[in-house]
Amino acid sequence: MTALLSIYTLWLREMVRFVRQKNRVLGALGQPLLFWLLFGSSFSASFRPSLAVEMGYMEYFFPGILTMILLFTAIFSSFSIIEDRKEGFLQAVLVSPASRLSIVLGKVSGGATIALLQALLFLCLAPLAHISLTVWSVGALIFALWFLGLSLSALGFCLAWRMDSVQGFHAIMMLILMPLWFLSGAFFPQTGLPWMIKSFMMINPLTYGLSMIRHILYWNSSHLLTDLPSFSLSIGILGVFGAVVLLISWKVVRHS
Amino acid sequence: MVAVLEVKKLTHYYGKRCALSEVTFTVPQGDIFGFLGPNGGGKTTLFKILSTFLKPWVNDPWVSDPSRNAEIYVNGFNLFREPHSVRKLLGVVFQSPSLDKKLKVSENLIHQGHLYGLKGVHLKNRIEEVLKKVKLLDRKQDLVEKLSGGLQRRVEIAKALLHEPSLLLLDEPTTGLDPAARLDVWAILQKLKSEGVTSLLTTHLIEEAEKCDRVGILQEGKLIALGTPQDLKEGTGGDILTIKTKKADVLKIFIEKEFGESVQISKATLEDVFIQKTGHKFEEEST
Repeated sequence: MTALLSIYTLWLREMVRFVRQKNRVLGALGQPLLFWLLFGSSFSASFRPSLAVEMGYMEYFFPGILTMILLFTAIFSSFSIIEDRKEGFLQAVLVSPASRLSIVLGKVSGGATIALLQALLFLCLAPLAHISLTVWSVGALIFALWFLGLSLSALGFCLAWRMDSVQGFHAIMMLILMPLWFLSGAFFPQTGLPWMIKSFMMINPLTYGLSMIRHILYWNSSHLLTDLPSFSLSIGILGVFGAVVLLISWKVVRHS
Repeated sequence: MVAVLEVKKLTHYYGKRCALSEVTFTVPQGDIFGFLGPNGGGKTTLFKILSTFLKPWVNDPWVSDPSRNAEIYVNGFNLFREPHSVRKLLGVVFQSPSLDKKLKVSENLIHQGHLYGLKGVHLKNRIEEVLKKVKLLDRKQDLVEKLSGGLQRRVEIAKALLHEPSLLLLDEPTTGLDPAARLDVWAILQKLKSEGVTSLLTTHLIEEAEKCDRVGILQEGKLIALGTPQDLKEGTGGDILTIKTKKADVLKIFIEKEFGESVQISKATLEDVFIQKTGHKFEEEST
């Protein structure tokens, strides 16, 4: 019971902070929108991925933007622990009797929920991309996006815990996050790529996250889903990835 | 005399640098115990270990588990083996703020209460009680960032008191505060003492150490003096004679014949204790 109370209270803190910082909401929505419009409209003139024959590039790129929102919001929220645990709120949390696992879960589920909320805001634009949503697909997306956000937030947690400055974050962003996103199938499908890039895409957990989202969005039009890992494989790999990063996060907190 | 805190042979290394060397002391129930020392003397390291924030580490391949050598007990609970039980007994006030500035005073206290398993009406009552203790009941609904530094420090103390800890740990509780706010903090500490709360604090201010019941002086990781301020000062030999002169070489002859330019007799201070133990003046040292 006390563990649940700790998780809840740490989650709630993230929510309240998020709601009170309105410019954060706007910034987090503005940037992906800009990316979608700029990249989407300029690439659609020249790129014709095999999948994008039947759907416009703007539509192909839309789920990619959804994963970008999740990736960046979830990891950004985890990076706040760098300063928070040295000179902030987290100091007091770490000397409290709250279990180390509940500290990880509280923080990470907070990040996941914020990421989900931002992604859902963007999802409202789906009709503009000619993606039709149903009650079923939105419901399934909420689960899927939250779980992907949880895993990514935990990934950010284990990266951030060992870092002692926010400056290091930019290196991490360029070296890890950007390649993860570029090579997840957000911009282009796997077909016809050099084997090195292809094999990187196959070990990239975000590939499976994006595949899961595409499967849900095009559940009834599976002819648009060629060249993707199967739905069950995507879910299985994400489950393993999520469990591993959560375990690592728990370990790093326990050993600090 | 019941000891709330017992520390035996505590040693800690940062890499090859020894930050604490076999520090041993006990804090009796109801005392205000102060650790005095220059910056880099080991006070903050000691505070971090006592608050369970940092695990001691020894630069010796033969000692795989530093907690085997050192022992720390809070109300009889072993800090290394039962950290969970010890955490419930400690109230911790950090030097850098641990309040979330984007939250209200009351919200900060609610989160803190939840982390210690308090909830509902009991938590609500405790929040009122601790805010009354630090005289901030009327600021309950204010955002923390709207409060001055001195008031924020008082909220930090209220936050640490919420779960009725057996031992209050404070790291430099008055650093960065103006003189009036410093006095406020001390008034709160003395009030808490009268209610039976035991406090352990660190300070680099000699006049603050004088207000403690017992003082330990930390210098380069070693506890070089320990006792009541009175005992420590008497240990220097009583009164201190300070002579200012420009002719140090002929001082001896001068003293024999006539006194120097100024002769001053004063009561020994803790600074004199420090000078006697270390051979140099008490001054800020950075690491």
